[in-house]
Amino acid sequence: MGILAKLKQALFRWRSDGTAPLRLGQRRIFIIPSRGGLLFAVALIVMLIGAINYNLALGHALVFMLAGLGIVGMIHTFRNLFDLLITPGRCEPVFAGETAHFLLTLDNQRGSPRLALELEAEAGKPVIASIDGKGSAKINIPLSTAKRGWLELPRVRLSSRYPLGLFTAWAYLQPAMRCLVYPQPIASPLPAASPLPAGGERSGDGGQEDFAGFRERQPADSPRHIAWKASAHHPEGPLLIKQFAGGSQNELRLDWLLTDPALNHETRIGILAGWVLAAEAADMHYGLSLPKLELAPDGGERHCQRCLEALALFQP
Amino acid sequence: MSTPASEALDRQATPWLFATALATTAPHVLHQPPWLSALAGLLLFWATWLWWRDQRLPGRWILLPLVGAGCAGILIEFHTLFGRDAGVAMLVVFMAMKLLELKSRRDAMVVVTLGYFLLLTHYFYSQSIPTGLWLLASMCLVTGTLIRLHGGPASTPRHSLRYATLLCLQAVPFMLVLYLLFPRISGPLWGLPSDAHAGMTGLSDTMSPGSISNLAQSADIAFRVRFDGAIPPKQKLYWRGPVMETFDGTTWRRHEGRLPAERVENLSPPISYETTLEAHNQHWLLALEAPNALPPETSLNGTLTAASRRAITERQRFRLSATLDYRFNTSEDPLTLRRNLALPTELNPKTRSLGSQWQASGMAPKAMIDKALGMFASDFTYTLRPPLLGRNGIDEFLFQSRRGFCEHYAAAFVVLMRAAGIPARVVGGYQGGEHNPLDGYLVVRQSDAHAWAEVWLNGQGWVRIDPTAAVSPSRIETGIADALPFGEPLPALVQWRADWVRTLRYRWEAINNSWNQQVLGYDMQRQRELLSRLGLPDADWRNLASLLGIFCSLLVAALTAWTLYQRPKRDPARQLWQKALRHLARRQVDCAPWETPLALAQRVQERHPELADAFQRLADAYLQARYGRSDNNLKALREAVAQLR
Repeated sequence: MGILAKLKQALFRWRSDGTAPLRLGQRRIFIIPSRGGLLFAVALIVMLIGAINYNLALGHALVFMLAGLGIVGMIHTFRNLFDLLITPGRCEPVFAGETAHFLLTLDNQRGSPRLALELEAEAGKPVIASIDGKGSAKINIPLSTAKRGWLELPRVRLSSRYPLGLFTAWAYLQPAMRCLVYPQPIASPLPAASPLPAGGERSGDGGQEDFAGFRERQPADSPRHIAWKASAHHPEGPLLIKQFAGGSQNELRLDWLLTDPALNHETRIGILAGWVLAAEAADMHYGLSLPKLELAPDGGERHCQRCLEALALFQP
Repeated sequence: MSTPASEALDRQATPWLFATALATTAPHVLHQPPWLSALAGLLLFWATWLWWRDQRLPGRWILLPLVGAGCAGILIEFHTLFGRDAGVAMLVVFMAMKLLELKSRRDAMVVVTLGYFLLLTHYFYSQSIPTGLWLLASMCLVTGTLIRLHGGPASTPRHSLRYATLLCLQAVPFMLVLYLLFPRISGPLWGLPSDAHAGMTGLSDTMSPGSISNLAQSADIAFRVRFDGAIPPKQKLYWRGPVMETFDGTTWRRHEGRLPAERVENLSPPISYETTLEAHNQHWLLALEAPNALPPETSLNGTLTAASRRAITERQRFRLSATLDYRFNTSEDPLTLRRNLALPTELNPKTRSLGSQWQASGMAPKAMIDKALGMFASDFTYTLRPPLLGRNGIDEFLFQSRRGFCEHYAAAFVVLMRAAGIPARVVGGYQGGEHNPLDGYLVVRQSDAHAWAEVWLNGQGWVRIDPTAAVSPSRIETGIADALPFGEPLPALVQWRADWVRTLRYRWEAINNSWNQQVLGYDMQRQRELLSRLGLPDADWRNLASLLGIFCSLLVAALTAWTLYQRPKRDPARQLWQKALRHLARRQVDCAPWETPLALAQRVQERHPELADAFQRLADAYLQARYGRSDNNLKALREAVAQLR
């Protein structure tokens, strides 16, 4: 690493801050005059020349007072960020193309409010937050997503021009946060249910299945389907799984191999994601088969998320 | 709590900008042409109306012609777009126009900056205490606007104003340091526009009937004097201005040519004093007769008038000294004497024939003077409202109306003397003054403006004769308000003579005077004095800059420490608990961060049974104080901590 890069890293926080709460100290806060501040400075210089030229005693006083106000404004702008406590939070997975929201909690331990804090992860999309005295605010930083996989929160610029707008103070935050981005689902008709081709319509209204007895639990079975009551009758025996007539007909195998191999990988993953969503929407029992990965058939929210996660992180 | 960012101006911020525009331009109504104030008011009203009805702001095609019309109006009114008055007028118009263009925060910043700038322009017209206070309040308002703009809707009006006041207060120390130490530059940096010193009142260098009586109706202060010793008696206080030697029948004028040098014999020890002249845009100093020892850049001319090389365009202090008994030009240049005998032929035949009668009768000059003064004393009336006089003004005054003010008496006396062959001339200036017992200053107002006569007598030189004293001795002895009957158009300030009014006025004028002397009069010279008192006798700008740097950094450091490192006040119960923990730590019991008070009490019981009871009570009291329902359990806790020792 060159000296310049080292300097940049030391100055501008390109390295991660980890996941611990982070307190803004004076070494992290930068401050420069804003455009409004430059306008103010130019006005002050012109005013000073006017006051000297016309020998206005109070004109001098006014210019000096405004200069003092500028200095005081600088300190207060700095103060608006100083000693702010930032705690990284969680981030809900989203589908590619959607906007991910990274949750940060800002804590103000000072009695006076901190207003007009701007957090910006992506250029042009700042979020403005205000925190009451002794209060905290939960800020969702939006970040648009393009491709599936883990999305790291880039360096966040936390800035403020409050109270006078004559100076911009900012700090860079790099909390270790990442968001899982699911592949963008592509809607396509579900493949035929397998292994029994004669799949009947599953009502999905619940309580309509024909009970067909028990079988021993396999490790791939979801714990949701364990028949606890029946198993309790045979404490020594294996856990039992309820079997439903026709249940196996609805057991859908969403296989990588079922997608058109002529398509590119991302499209194929997208189709699989679409299938997962469609199957979940239809309240079906489905499993996912990917090269080197197999998820046993199951249903429900968590199973769906697991499938989507597998797809998001799948490396063909 | 989060809203999408935008640079657009939020609707509720706009009234702040209207208030800023109003507060920073309103005082200009006092000295601006009415059409301009009306235009600005109308534009402000329009902008407010559009805001109120939530309507679209006017487009460029309507704003540009308006700007053009405003500029054209200013050009017609002032004949220029630059210079002081026209420049201020332009700023007012720009400010009003900008309100019709408020779209983004950047526009709002322009309004605020313009507002700060406009504050300065008020000082062109007045630097009095009320102006200063008004502008301080306006500054807080403009700063509040700035806070509201950048804080967004989260900052309430109350909060914005309070915060603005706090910031302004914190700026005051910087202002003081800069005011005292910023290197002062005296004099204009370049030529001032011609209207820079417009509108100053004061004695003019010509005298015609009415010119002094108009001045006498103003209560404005002409100058203030502080004597090193006692104040001389009032009838000796003649403040000498221009001496007028040529007369065309109505107007007296100064002689324009070269004057021979003056020769003054002092007959009494000089008295020294300091005078603070208000700006009058003329050269003379209005020194006490007869001036000697003059400050640099000033000189005496042949008529004994002290004058400064530069016109006095701002309040200025001079140290002077004067002799009250003197003899002036006992031998006078014959040309000057001839000039002081000249009268316009054909005018005022009656006066001239009276004069020549006296001369022909062989009266001594002294007798003629006494005769003239006796004439005035018999049946003349001293008034500010004399009848209008025609072509032969002196004749009409002496033989018909017999009502007049000092200028009439001085003029008539001089004409009469010249007709009788005695060289005479008119002297303009001020007479008397009012002693303010609170600060010891003598205040001379425009209403003390006066004119008197001077005759040249062989062997005695020029002798002052005040014909007004013959008509109204009280004018010279006590002042104009006593000399004139009630109901004359004198300013109320001079006329009201109730004791409490007078005391109030003295107080106010003393405050104003010290404001003028200490605050406004702080110039290069005073700065040097201050620095030599600080131990820097000949500081140049480098010393000043480093001093400034040191003081400002100290202030910044102090302010930073104060604003950033204010820790919130800790809970007293917690502090007492910490104290108890320190006691325990001395006995090798450390409280783990996760340990509850009761768990700690348990541990104390195991480690130090002798402390167990006391600590148990302490832990209970602490829990009660921090989490209990009643408000004040600190006493029990304090006692428990005390018992732990």
